[in-house]
Amino acid sequence: MNILKTLAIGIAALGLSAPAAMAEWQPRKPIDFVIMAGPGGGADQIARFIQSVAEKKDMTSRPLIPNNKGGGSGAEALIWLNSTNDPDHTILVTLNSFFSTPIRQPDLNIDIQTFTPIAMMGVDPFALWVHKDSGIETFEQWVDAVKAADGEYTTGGTGTGQEDSIVFAYVNNAFDLKSKYIPFDGGGAVAAALAGKQIMATVNNPAEARGFFQSGDVRPLLVFSDEQMSAYPGIPTLKEKGHDFSYYNQRAVVGAPGMSDEAAAYYQKLFEDIFNSEEWQGYLEAESLSPLWMNPEEQRAYWQLQVENHTKLLSGMK
Amino acid sequence: MRVGEIVTAGVLALLSIYLMYKASANGIGFVAGTGPQGGFWPFWLSLGMLISTGFIALNWVRGTSPQSQSDEPVVDSYGLKTILLVGGGIIGFVALIDIVSMYGAVAIFMIYYLKVLGRHGWFLTGMMVVVFPLGLFFFFEGLMQISMPTGMGFTEPVFNVLYEIIY
Amino acid sequence: MEILSLLGDGILVAVQPLNLLLIFVGVTLGLFIGAMPGLGSVNGVAILLPITFLVPPGSAIIFLAAIYYGAMYGGAISSITLGIPGASTAVATTFDGRPLALQGKARLALVAAAIASFVGGTVSVVLFTGFAPLLATVALSFGPPEIFALMLLAFATFVGLGGDDIPKTVFSICFGLVLATVGFDQISGAPRLILLDMNGFLGGISFLVLAIGVYGIGEMIWTIESTRGEVTNTEAKITAKGIIEDTGTTFKRGWKGMSIGSFLGFFVGVLPAAGATPASLMSYGVTKMLSKRPDEFGKGHVGGVAAPESANNSASTGSMLPMLTLGIPGSPTTAILLGGMVIWGLTPGPRLFVEQSDFVWGLIGSFYVSNLFALIVNLAFIPLFIWMLRMPFTVLAPLIFVLSVVGGYAAMQDMFDIWLLLIFGFGAFFLRKFDYPVAPAVLAIVLGPIAEPTLRQSLLLSSGDPSIFFNRPISAPIMIVAIILILMPAFKYLRPRRAKPAE
Repeated sequence: MNILKTLAIGIAALGLSAPAAMAEWQPRKPIDFVIMAGPGGGADQIARFIQSVAEKKDMTSRPLIPNNKGGGSGAEALIWLNSTNDPDHTILVTLNSFFSTPIRQPDLNIDIQTFTPIAMMGVDPFALWVHKDSGIETFEQWVDAVKAADGEYTTGGTGTGQEDSIVFAYVNNAFDLKSKYIPFDGGGAVAAALAGKQIMATVNNPAEARGFFQSGDVRPLLVFSDEQMSAYPGIPTLKEKGHDFSYYNQRAVVGAPGMSDEAAAYYQKLFEDIFNSEEWQGYLEAESLSPLWMNPEEQRAYWQLQVENHTKLLSGMK
Repeated sequence: MRVGEIVTAGVLALLSIYLMYKASANGIGFVAGTGPQGGFWPFWLSLGMLISTGFIALNWVRGTSPQSQSDEPVVDSYGLKTILLVGGGIIGFVALIDIVSMYGAVAIFMIYYLKVLGRHGWFLTGMMVVVFPLGLFFFFEGLMQISMPTGMGFTEPVFNVLYEIIY
Repeated sequence: MEILSLLGDGILVAVQPLNLLLIFVGVTLGLFIGAMPGLGSVNGVAILLPITFLVPPGSAIIFLAAIYYGAMYGGAISSITLGIPGASTAVATTFDGRPLALQGKARLALVAAAIASFVGGTVSVVLFTGFAPLLATVALSFGPPEIFALMLLAFATFVGLGGDDIPKTVFSICFGLVLATVGFDQISGAPRLILLDMNGFLGGISFLVLAIGVYGIGEMIWTIESTRGEVTNTEAKITAKGIIEDTGTTFKRGWKGMSIGSFLGFFVGVLPAAGATPASLMSYGVTKMLSKRPDEFGKGHVGGVAAPESANNSASTGSMLPMLTLGIPGSPTTAILLGGMVIWGLTPGPRLFVEQSDFVWGLIGSFYVSNLFALIVNLAFIPLFIWMLRMPFTVLAPLIFVLSVVGGYAAMQDMFDIWLLLIFGFGAFFLRKFDYPVAPAVLAIVLGPIAEPTLRQSLLLSSGDPSIFFNRPISAPIMIVAIILILMPAFKYLRPRRAKPAE
């Protein structure tokens, strides 16, 4: 009885969905929503937030299923997308490791221009943090402190070649500093290591450092955005210190290489709706992200620019 | 057993050497000022594996471990048959996943195991073959939202129907 | 006293009808998710996170905490009945839980696991209530050297676990530690040990692939082969009286394990990078060391079930602490809960206890109520799990094989890992034949990824000087104890002839 009923529903459904499929592309199975980082980090939080917005507003006919593939600075995720046999149902939440990992690991044979642009959801700024007990109040004092430590100053981040290490490398180069860099497992662990005084300075996203900032344990000295941030009034930018450098972590969604145009159009529309939702705009505000909406062509151009930037920055790191 | 013991130790020793070789690509040294390189930990531990196999061989020569004294075969004919039937069944099951989908493979494996190996009646077999994969489908795809391989293209109509039910 | 009234309010929040219903549903769902090999609380929490937007944030996190606890209880069920640790936190439970089940005492093992979990949960809630802010400060002072020292201690408590053949045990430990390094090197970011240059190894080798392969495939084939298919199934009858008797036995024989597990579990769980798995392993090891009959462990000792189970529950409450107060997740599950809190507009951090005290104490109250419900639901389902064990072995065996493969795929989402799982399974079968202990390798693959990076972070901090482990006030004593414990059996091994007659 049940089987008959199921079949009947199924046939009816097939009959209904066939013409609809011709009119507009719809996902036919759960969407593999790959995340370029492990659970708990910034990218993961964003993916789960997006998933919950889509779920809450019932925006997709098939669910987005988060799938953490953080291994090797996202190399695992890039390979996963590159070798998927169903590009129409595979999308990726990216960080800047989308640019840097293929440059650092040419053996992977990843060409990011083959990926499908979908949406730029926002960019996440960085700030330089120290512990309040260090007594350091300004960036100039910090530079002096690092110089005085003569190579024994310890900083920490999420790993050599990761976003924060790129920023540190630039600063060290620009101000002729030498410090030790200890890699930790994720931005949250970095923030806690600073609060626990295991290390002396970090470059963290505002969201990662927020808990300890609110409690007064850590303080920002410098921001790496283009303009001062409203969350940290009076904290100067690196540009004000005479170096034309700003650095943001991209929070973008891309599709697998070989995604059909129809599917790409569907996801572009979907993420535009999510971007414009009240929830996402509220999230950008709360987490100090800047909106930076781009259409697919602009995204490709942005990728090109970022690849050039990162090639330069990474070659300067050795 | 006696031959098997030393052969196993030999195979594991070769595995250790291979792992040492792979680890050496990342640098196995201890750099003054920064500590061990990337290959340090796996290399020296692989060396630990190699040394262990050396001791296992030494025990074999001295005849101190029970395996080195036993003349029993590693697996007798009954054991061999079991391993081939059960192990082969599992390998077949996994190989089928990419062809007839996870759930199809589960159903075929259940028929094989219950009917061929277990000699159970058709009623029990039929129940397990239909109910168990369907139960798994609704548990994983419906409740847990974890999608399993759907095999080659020809299974698609069935899955479209099933997806339509759960979403 | 203020804390007590806050906690009282919290419990009142938790027992509101909507929340109570959510706790009940969450615990039941969690129990089944946890009992499925490969799936654990992390899956349950991740999947149900979006659903929680339909209810207020307070209720949402109560729901997720209930799933978390349910899954913790459920993990023991698959360890005992199927012999497969469904999650790394339940590995230690298989050591004695599985032998008990094979001796026909599955009911005793399940009851002991449930009772011990409840005791662990209760003790941890009390500790949490009394010392949360203090412990948060302690947790911050645990840097890489301290965590490494702790991992060394965890290994030390396991020396001698593997059996009598020391070279084979050492081989197993080293092999597990080497397998753990496959993938990307966290410190330098470079790929490492990509065996045969296969891309599938870039993602590393997950604990689950090894554990499910070894226990779900290898051990099962070994059982079928060595018993000639004549596996004796459990015959235990299920009566309320029997369960009460088992409860008595649990307290009588397992009280030591439960107390060690509850306290040690909580303190290890609170430490950021550690979490529930090392906590349960260390509790098992310590209980065994302090037992008058250590030789009974591994052969079906109730204390060997009670210790890790009380510890993993206690630690899972403990690991909420660094999440709430430091914003660092102690486990993948708490990482997802953390994401949830951000979405609900709550900022984890030192100020959370002050600014959102309703939320925090509501959560702690719900921990307690969840624990009670998890105990009741778990005891109520024991007959079902025992019934499963009574199936003919030719039905149970294929079910276990299928659950291993399906569960393994669910966890990894990659066919490569399933083939690897089979290779580990067949490899473990042969190694088992030659008496290589496999448990040390499984433990090593869990602890290795914590031990290696912390060792290297410490040496980076000290510019390569190993004395960093001995000149910090917390790491020095832990290191010294660990080294003494590791060297003890080595001394024994050097004098095997004299030690023999004493036995």
